[in-house]
Amino acid sequence: MAQPRVIIVGAGPAGVRCAEAFVAAGVRPTVIDEGRRDGGQIYRRQPVNFSRSYTTLYGTEAGRAQALHACFDQLREQIDYLPQTLVWNISEGNVHLMHQDGTPRAASLPYDILVLCTGATDRLMPMPGWEYAGTYSLGAAQIALKSQAVAVGRNIVFLGSGPLLYLVASQYIKAGAQVAAVLDTSPLVLQWRALPKLLSRPWLLFKGMALLKAIRRAGVPVLRGITPLQITGDPDNGVQGVRYRSAQGVEKSLDCDTVAMGYHLRAETQLADLARCEFSFDTASQQWLPQVDAHGRSSVAGVYLAGDGVRIRGADAAENAGRLAALAALADHGNAVVPAQVAQLCRQQLPMERFRLGLLQAFPWPAAQAASLPDHAVVCRCEGITAGELRAVVNLKGAREANRAKAFSRVGMGRCQGRYCGHAGAEVIAAAVVCPVVEVGRLRTQAPVKPLAFKIVEEPQ
Amino acid sequence: MSAQQYQADVIIVGGGIMGSAAAFFLRQRGRSVMLLERGLLGHQASGVNFGNVRRQGRNLLQLPLANRALAIWRKLPELIGEDVEFLPSGHMRICYGTERLAMFEDYANKARDYDLALELFSGAKLRERFPFLGPQVGGASYSALDGHANPRLAAPAFGRAAARAGAQIFENTDVAAVEKDGVDFRATATDGRVFRAPAMLITAGAWANTLSTQFGEPVQLTAHGPQMGVTEPVPYGLKTVVGVSAATDLETLYFRQIPRGNIIFGGGQRGPAYPDLKRAYVRPENTLNQLRQLQRIAPALRQLNVIRVWSGIESYLPDDLPIMGRSVREPGLHYAFGFCGAGFQLGPGVGDVMAELIATGSTSTPIAPFSISRFVPQHASAVTA
Amino acid sequence: MSSSTRARFVRLGESDRVAVGFVVDGEAVSALQGDTLLTAMLQHGGHVRQSEFGGEKRAGFCLMGACQDCWVWTADGARLRACSTEVAEGMAVSTKAPELTWPNLA
Repeated sequence: MAQPRVIIVGAGPAGVRCAEAFVAAGVRPTVIDEGRRDGGQIYRRQPVNFSRSYTTLYGTEAGRAQALHACFDQLREQIDYLPQTLVWNISEGNVHLMHQDGTPRAASLPYDILVLCTGATDRLMPMPGWEYAGTYSLGAAQIALKSQAVAVGRNIVFLGSGPLLYLVASQYIKAGAQVAAVLDTSPLVLQWRALPKLLSRPWLLFKGMALLKAIRRAGVPVLRGITPLQITGDPDNGVQGVRYRSAQGVEKSLDCDTVAMGYHLRAETQLADLARCEFSFDTASQQWLPQVDAHGRSSVAGVYLAGDGVRIRGADAAENAGRLAALAALADHGNAVVPAQVAQLCRQQLPMERFRLGLLQAFPWPAAQAASLPDHAVVCRCEGITAGELRAVVNLKGAREANRAKAFSRVGMGRCQGRYCGHAGAEVIAAAVVCPVVEVGRLRTQAPVKPLAFKIVEEPQ
Repeated sequence: MSAQQYQADVIIVGGGIMGSAAAFFLRQRGRSVMLLERGLLGHQASGVNFGNVRRQGRNLLQLPLANRALAIWRKLPELIGEDVEFLPSGHMRICYGTERLAMFEDYANKARDYDLALELFSGAKLRERFPFLGPQVGGASYSALDGHANPRLAAPAFGRAAARAGAQIFENTDVAAVEKDGVDFRATATDGRVFRAPAMLITAGAWANTLSTQFGEPVQLTAHGPQMGVTEPVPYGLKTVVGVSAATDLETLYFRQIPRGNIIFGGGQRGPAYPDLKRAYVRPENTLNQLRQLQRIAPALRQLNVIRVWSGIESYLPDDLPIMGRSVREPGLHYAFGFCGAGFQLGPGVGDVMAELIATGSTSTPIAPFSISRFVPQHASAVTA
Repeated sequence: MSSSTRARFVRLGESDRVAVGFVVDGEAVSALQGDTLLTAMLQHGGHVRQSEFGGEKRAGFCLMGACQDCWVWTADGARLRACSTEVAEGMAVSTKAPELTWPNLA
């Protein structure tokens, strides 16, 4: 059996374990990653000249992080590793690359097997003032701490919902940063109701509760069921405070110079889209996700999906998914796989999925905030388009669908191509049309998935 | 339960800029109109093209139509009540080296007869006037009154203006069959709705051939995907629309900067388009070729990033001229399609001319060279164009 | 020159690193080896660019190369994404887009 040409995109938990499984089967995969180092986001490696310990960096996950990094370090000789490389397009059995170490340059590689392990970013719901300097995603706050040993501000309000809200706030407190408050839009009762599902991963649940205790012990106010109203500040100096409504309906404000915000995560699905994978609307998370079977097979032969880039299940599930995808690809390509191993991995994923559903129940995406956004609130950060302008193309130009609204309003036409405005934009449209958000559809991916430098090619002489 | 029936003076099949503009101008002439569009107005070629609003470079036969169109572009906001970002920023054709200057000059001389005033540049004068051009560029032909507009906005804006004027617009209406049923043309939608009118206009772009064939007038229409791209926004200063005139496809690039700062570009080799699937694609190698060629045209572009590419479905005829005018087989049937990737500028003019033709029986703008009769053998009882 | 020269990011450790000299808006400043350009710039000011459309100052957002909100200009007109670029000795960056210059290459 000829060696299949295997390309894995992403060197996070899913990509690393995927590569490991291919190597174990005697295959030499190519692993392509945008970062300078492997590890993805949650296990992001600090720069080589930094000295903090694994425990300092990853807390209770230190063991898993270390194991993952060690695994990749050992794989290096047995894989073709392309760091600082962007896959900007996929077409006809080839990935199209921009190498970004030094002068950008173009390349392309053919594949027989493609495994997309593209991970996730924060999911954002706009609020007035979120475009001011000093507003960051929760993920950004974590990356700043983990890989730069900096806090993103002097006096930070953490706002949003989801486990990351509590995790990053507690990491900041532990590292000695000044945290003004933790504001959670989800009322406590939702977390109680989700308890049965959250108990499918009791250790994680316990850790979450411990985080909450630590935040409280530090004297940082934790408020639940709040409604975000406004980030106050000015265009030159940036963030100066936050206004919100408490769960009791009282308007309050806090001084701060930084807001770290986020509502759990959204999958990075652009490459799956360019690979022509079919998508479906995931009701639990209220987002469009690529279709995938329990082993990671997409709707396209030869293309497999694993990790947070297809379902937000966290790092442990991503590692399993990476292994499963490799095994599925190997089996599909005619290699022998051990059915018991596959079955065990599938079994391990079941509580991960239950926990995912529990998190979504405990910390829901605050879709209703979209309808209450004042007209002057910026929805598309890249292009500076407001909720009012977006509503106008619905009401005055009849745009009821995401791509049509984009064509008329420019929401999603900026450099980030809708990563941070796409979901909220769809909710604004749905609220204006008065239809379920699934009917608004999703923004179609257009290459390049990230800005592509003209410099990657030379002018002809 | 019988299907819903609709009746008007004119049925238009195809809601791109041709159909939408025709609907608007037919209303101006007091005709009742039903515009049938399978998807959303302006979703196909009209919405994805480069946005060039130029007369320069066209086959001379198109210039009267292009002039009529330009006059409408210039008063579009007052006419349809919306701004589709038409900017008379000037348009230039450039060439590498100087071999093509003679051709530019020849065209400029002939174009003068059609009220198209072109100014030629080369040497020091070229560098002084257009300092952004790369060193390989040897000459330019500049048209001060041409410019560009926003293709995403234009056809839908015409459609809304037509609707405000009383046209019936039927989006998400897929026409399954068209035929002549006695006095009336009958278009039947896939959901069974029936539309009847004594006159029909087919403006269905890459899909028009399916309809013309149903009337015994098949033409050789081929579909291609324009390869489009856009940069991040950068300070606005490249006001002139630039297009390359060259012997090879690879080199035939064009770009325009909008006041917001993005630079939109296209050209080079075309990409694959699948009308049956309503999909078209940008080939990555085409994008890379474009980035090479653009740096050659304007070296400062080398510093920029591309943020998005797109394609769509444009349709072409073998002689690079559109089909416009009456059917030769069926009285009351009219066509305007197959604009070979250069229809956007003509759109308002096409709409106005077809409305005039349908409403009055003739048009003051010469369109005989575009008759479908050049592809379809005429009956003895053919209607003269 | 930024209107606010107060650092936005706060160092919490890892200070024992080699210094790196670079230039922001013509002013010579320093950072530490291993800093991203974003971290480095935000040690000396509160923003890295200005939004083209709202006019407000921006200081990055996602720090993972996804939001594209931290692109800065170099002195010779090139573009750098600050959060994914390591600061290097001698780098010269600007928080403002350069005036449009289209060099005459005749």
